[in-house]
Amino acid sequence: MIKKNRSMVQRRLIPTYIFLGIVSFLSVFPLYWMATAATNSTVEVARGKIIFGTQLANNMQKLLASQDLWGAMTNSFIYALAQTIVALFVCSLAGFGFELYHDKQKDRLFGILLLSMMVPGVATMIPLFKMMSTFGFLNTVWGFMLPAISTAFLIMMFRQNSRSFPVDIMEAARIDGVSEFGIYWRMYLPVMKATYAAAAVITFMNAWNAYLWPRVVMTSKDAQTMPMLIANLAAGYSVDYGVLMLGVLFCSVPTMVIFFILQKQFAEGITGAVK
Amino acid sequence: MNKRHKGIQAKQERAGWIYLMPATILLVVMSFYPIIQAFITSFRTGPSSRMKWASPLIWNYTRMFQDKLFIRSVSNTFLYLLIQVPIMLVLAMVLAQMLNDKDLKFKGFFRTCVFLPCATSLVSYSLIFKSLFATQGLMNHILTGLGILKENYNFLGTPGSAKAVIIIALLWRWTGYNMVFYLAGLQGIEYSVYEAAKIDGANSWQTFWDITVPLLRPTIIMTFIMSINGTLQLFDESVNLTSGGPANSTITMSHYIYNNSFGQGVANFGYASAMSFFVFVLVAVLAFINLKVGDTRD
Repeated sequence: MIKKNRSMVQRRLIPTYIFLGIVSFLSVFPLYWMATAATNSTVEVARGKIIFGTQLANNMQKLLASQDLWGAMTNSFIYALAQTIVALFVCSLAGFGFELYHDKQKDRLFGILLLSMMVPGVATMIPLFKMMSTFGFLNTVWGFMLPAISTAFLIMMFRQNSRSFPVDIMEAARIDGVSEFGIYWRMYLPVMKATYAAAAVITFMNAWNAYLWPRVVMTSKDAQTMPMLIANLAAGYSVDYGVLMLGVLFCSVPTMVIFFILQKQFAEGITGAVK
Repeated sequence: MNKRHKGIQAKQERAGWIYLMPATILLVVMSFYPIIQAFITSFRTGPSSRMKWASPLIWNYTRMFQDKLFIRSVSNTFLYLLIQVPIMLVLAMVLAQMLNDKDLKFKGFFRTCVFLPCATSLVSYSLIFKSLFATQGLMNHILTGLGILKENYNFLGTPGSAKAVIIIALLWRWTGYNMVFYLAGLQGIEYSVYEAAKIDGANSWQTFWDITVPLLRPTIIMTFIMSINGTLQLFDESVNLTSGGPANSTITMSHYIYNNSFGQGVANFGYASAMSFFVFVLVAVLAFINLKVGDTRD
């Protein structure tokens, strides 16, 4: 009886399985194709080959000959890592302060800070560029990350998640003589590990994938990031598709790895501020 | 004793403000100050080394509305917005509904697949789609192979199809992203609510409109605002997928502003600032309307 019921339920879901199957295929295929193209010559790619080939080493050689791949990879890693660490510290401190030390004035300030979400990157690009060149921050990690460290999104995310932090133990800690910063450093930080993980994933991905601002501020070739490098690869008159897709593969691997290992944290990071 | 207590409270008070300072100062300097600066610059003109006040002051704004290319970039951006965002959000909602079915098997697998495009950078997926839709690209192979096309078609070299490719690419990249929001929202709805509706004789369509949509309203508004915000700032795709072409027929506002400030040719920070301030006003107004429309608390 139960068995029959179950098979009936599954029969009802057949259209759902078909639809999800098609959508899943369409979602994954372009990435699969990118990976195969990285192992094929440009002629094979143009012929429509969609299985893995033997030209990976060859493409790699050409890629290394035309672009400073390791330089861009190193830059991207350093910039993204630096931005993640500093942004997490600055924004979590603010979220902690807004929620656990809150009063009317701070709530008002928070409302004002939220308005920054409306400011589009393209509108601040020119004044920020002038500012960064005045301070000599062009082509430095500071120029890269300063505009992106403090975001209303991350502050809000830490603020929302701080609601679950037990306020009572703060009082207890104060009586025991723990300093205010000690409360943040030794109590808040360990308790909020999950939020930090989600925030780290989303910040790292955003920093790694950033394109408009790095293109403005990282004017020297030595300072370029992976998205800039692959954009350059595609800009020429005759594009070698095998080499281009190998570049795209390098640009995608770090974020893909993070995605597969920390998918739950990534999903939480995206939706983090809505609760 | 009382004095000491006051001292502790003052210390707390001070600590609370100190915690907010780094983030607040950075946002003021890196976001609020620049937008005011952009507004001021929008009344100036000339090359960046010797800018002067425009006369009349609103010259850059008058020029903007007579600039055919800028108007085209605005209409392109709105075309992407009006076609892509509704399709994407409906599709995301359908997928989330399907994945929330308690009898569905392989849930994790399907979710991972649909979500996967979010892990690629905007430049990466733009280049992947550019290659797939190239004249010698895989799409042409498939379509001619199936007999749908007689000969290879220059998708990115024709205005209409180039726009379509941008929309398809955007759908591919962002549908799963929005689905995650809806899925999170749906999982927050108690199953018993649906059970009760079933007992009351509601069909699945009624359940969706009368229970799911009202409960997910904040999430839906949120995704709308984010999508509008993102589409109005579209840059990476326009630059890397079509280079704004053919003949600027797919160029977006951000791309055109970039070209006017850091692209080839003469930089015109004054004019670019005026256009970027216009984008800021658009984003703010649309977000405000969205919040007002969504906020129909009875």
